[in-house]
Amino acid sequence: MTELLQRILPTVQKPARYTGGEFNEIKKDPVQTRVRVAFCFPDTYEIGMSNLGMRILYGIMNGMDGVACERVFAPWGDMQKAIEDNDLPLWALESQSPVRDFDMIAFTIGYEMCYANILNMLRLSGIPLRSEDRQGLKNIVFAGGVCAYNPEPLAEFVDFFCLGEGEDITVEIITLYDKAKAENWSKEAFLLAVSKIPGVYVPSFYRHEYNADGTLSAITVENGAPSVITKRIVEDLDNAYWPTKMIVPSTEIVHDRANLEVFRGCIRGCRFCQAGFSCRPVRKKSPEVLYRQAVETLEDSGHNEITLSSLSTSDYRGLKELTDQMIPYCEQNRVNLSVPSLRADNFSRELMEKLQTVRKSGLTFAPEAGTQRLRDVINKNLSEDEILTTCRNAFSGGWNNVKLYFMLGLPTETDEDVLGIAELVYKVIQTWKEHATNKKRGLRVHVATAYFVPKPHTPFQWEQQITPEEYLRRCKLLKSHFYSKSITYDYHGPDLSRLEAVFARGDRRLGAVIAEAMKNGAKLDGWDEYFNYGIWFDAFQKCGIDPDFYTVRGYGEEEILPWDTINVGIDKKFLLRERKRAYEAKITPDCREGCAGCGANRLLKEVPCDA
Amino acid sequence: MLRALFEKTGQAVWISHLDLMRLFQRAFKRAGLALTHTQGYNPRPSVSIALPLSVGVQSHCELLDFELEGEAVSCQEITERLNGALVDGVRILKVYENGDKIKNIAFLDCTMALEYDKDIPQGAETAITSLFSRENLLVEKKSKNGITEQDIIPMIRQITVTAKDGHCLVLNARICCQNPTLNPVQLSAAIAKYMPQLTPDFVTCCRKEIYTPEETIFR
Repeated sequence: MTELLQRILPTVQKPARYTGGEFNEIKKDPVQTRVRVAFCFPDTYEIGMSNLGMRILYGIMNGMDGVACERVFAPWGDMQKAIEDNDLPLWALESQSPVRDFDMIAFTIGYEMCYANILNMLRLSGIPLRSEDRQGLKNIVFAGGVCAYNPEPLAEFVDFFCLGEGEDITVEIITLYDKAKAENWSKEAFLLAVSKIPGVYVPSFYRHEYNADGTLSAITVENGAPSVITKRIVEDLDNAYWPTKMIVPSTEIVHDRANLEVFRGCIRGCRFCQAGFSCRPVRKKSPEVLYRQAVETLEDSGHNEITLSSLSTSDYRGLKELTDQMIPYCEQNRVNLSVPSLRADNFSRELMEKLQTVRKSGLTFAPEAGTQRLRDVINKNLSEDEILTTCRNAFSGGWNNVKLYFMLGLPTETDEDVLGIAELVYKVIQTWKEHATNKKRGLRVHVATAYFVPKPHTPFQWEQQITPEEYLRRCKLLKSHFYSKSITYDYHGPDLSRLEAVFARGDRRLGAVIAEAMKNGAKLDGWDEYFNYGIWFDAFQKCGIDPDFYTVRGYGEEEILPWDTINVGIDKKFLLRERKRAYEAKITPDCREGCAGCGANRLLKEVPCDA
Repeated sequence: MLRALFEKTGQAVWISHLDLMRLFQRAFKRAGLALTHTQGYNPRPSVSIALPLSVGVQSHCELLDFELEGEAVSCQEITERLNGALVDGVRILKVYENGDKIKNIAFLDCTMALEYDKDIPQGAETAITSLFSRENLLVEKKSKNGITEQDIIPMIRQITVTAKDGHCLVLNARICCQNPTLNPVQLSAAIAKYMPQLTPDFVTCCRKEIYTPEETIFR
């Protein structure tokens, strides 16, 4: 007889995402396994399998003797319903065995709006949500990823967080667990020991107290845990683990191609960008190592496309050397080389022409703000001139598509800045009229605005988020100034970004809200199909929490911030200095022009910062 | 042009037709076999799979047509190299040249397992046999233009129903698979429509063999 899961598969969309069995999947012998780790990605298979961090850590954990790491993804709504109706527990792909049978349950958290998914996946696994309700060493829940830089909203649920890059810390943690399990330690003893590993944050060892106005009054450290936890980094990327034998999904995923990380960190210092600061310092990989890894990855996976990824690939010093080697290889082997997030400089323009990726994707710019003044405030080093020059070249080369991305609600933004967006778009259209060689098909300008979300560990971490009403007013104001038929204007609805802002700078009291929302069906909030603001609104009301406290209120510079215990390497003094410069509309040149003294270089012991 | 006869079983049955094409394109690359590409603005590797198989259906007689660039590699070697680069459940049985024209596929043999969680209902074997002996049997078919009704009897060459054990009836059928096409699912749909009390709890389906209009094995 066909077993239950096999009977469910024909009834759900894209069943291949639930079965495992892809090329390069690692299945370890259970007899030889001492520690089983269920590596959970709190979103669908298609998103999770596109995540590079997960692929690196999957390889690292499975490379450990006696350790088996298996993948778990959030089920789509139809599958969730089927497993609930049939009382099936959530399972891991490799062995198809229940998540609750695993020793350790790891989450990688890259986005605030997947918090409900984390709790939902624990619930579907039949694992108690709250840390205090899980006794013993079985089902230790830990998490890492960028959201761990302010993990407080999840503090009740996750036993410990790992800060920073996971290559080394993951091995240290699992090795410790292996010993703890063999010696039958208590959970308390394990948490105490794991808190001694640099970069590990055990939230239950930190007591948060609040003032009458709701702000934090004190963070008290207990059990001899460190008062500040500093994120971990890998210093020598050339010799760091790189998974050349990556799983090749048998079904289409979001980034369905090989992916090669060329460097880590960012020299730019855009003041709104969390990754730009929290991923510092800058560390490079050498072109020779990258070329070798690219060829190995492509030959092993059979992909016909490879992406050179980083926060700003134009800033990779070895880009010319690397692409000079890769372009002939790719042409010969019919591989598409894609280099996203190129800046509009001369070399990049030449490169784009060589790669011909422009034809495929069109031109995309993210000026983020409409006027030079506001771009100086946010330190977005992209001038109108650069945009228009690139557009001119592209239009005279026959291209007729431009995408422009902006944010609304940036600090100091006025209506003049909002209308500056319309003006910039108008100039792009003028440029097309003057320089287009192929006018038959007309021009398409796609403009999108997002609602600014202040993030921790950035110079804007204290800023207010404007109200949703004000955001919508600015959207409408902008819309009323778009006259051309060539323009398509999309603005994100405010609800999701408002919640993102709440959780990005949230504190422990929000745990109750997440649990309540999940209980009422919140899941897959990043997907329009499932996002339901009403559920969240009700959860805030029921828990007596005002979202505005975390958004429109703004945080005081003297205030204790929920993430003050966490050090990503950037000095608070530097962030304050940058905030002041923002208000003076003064730019800070990129790190290559001169070190601005963010402090991240102090994380390095063996090599200097490569900015 | 070369042709591979392959099977799709186990967990691989959940891979869709389009995903399987992509999977093969990558498997060829992994195997170090360069596919020729279509001409034109957006060159694509020239692989095609005859008679797209529904998701969830097993098969022992799938055909993949392809063309290789560069030095000739023996069929035996292609088979071995591809099998080293494929996933569990997709296995090349043989590679050969000069295959018959795909449009000459006319019939296929399929096996359907009708699973009953309780015992097989009394008399089900005879009742189902007689159902397929009727002169006509109208069954709904989903098509691009919505749901249409189709008489499936003319498309069934032969059909047998036997009990495998107390819980499973096995339906072996030879049916039309091209111009016109009978989707095997319509066989179980006919049971559900005309004899709802005999509706199985679960049905699995497997393609066994394909035939020419003369009912010789198609290759």
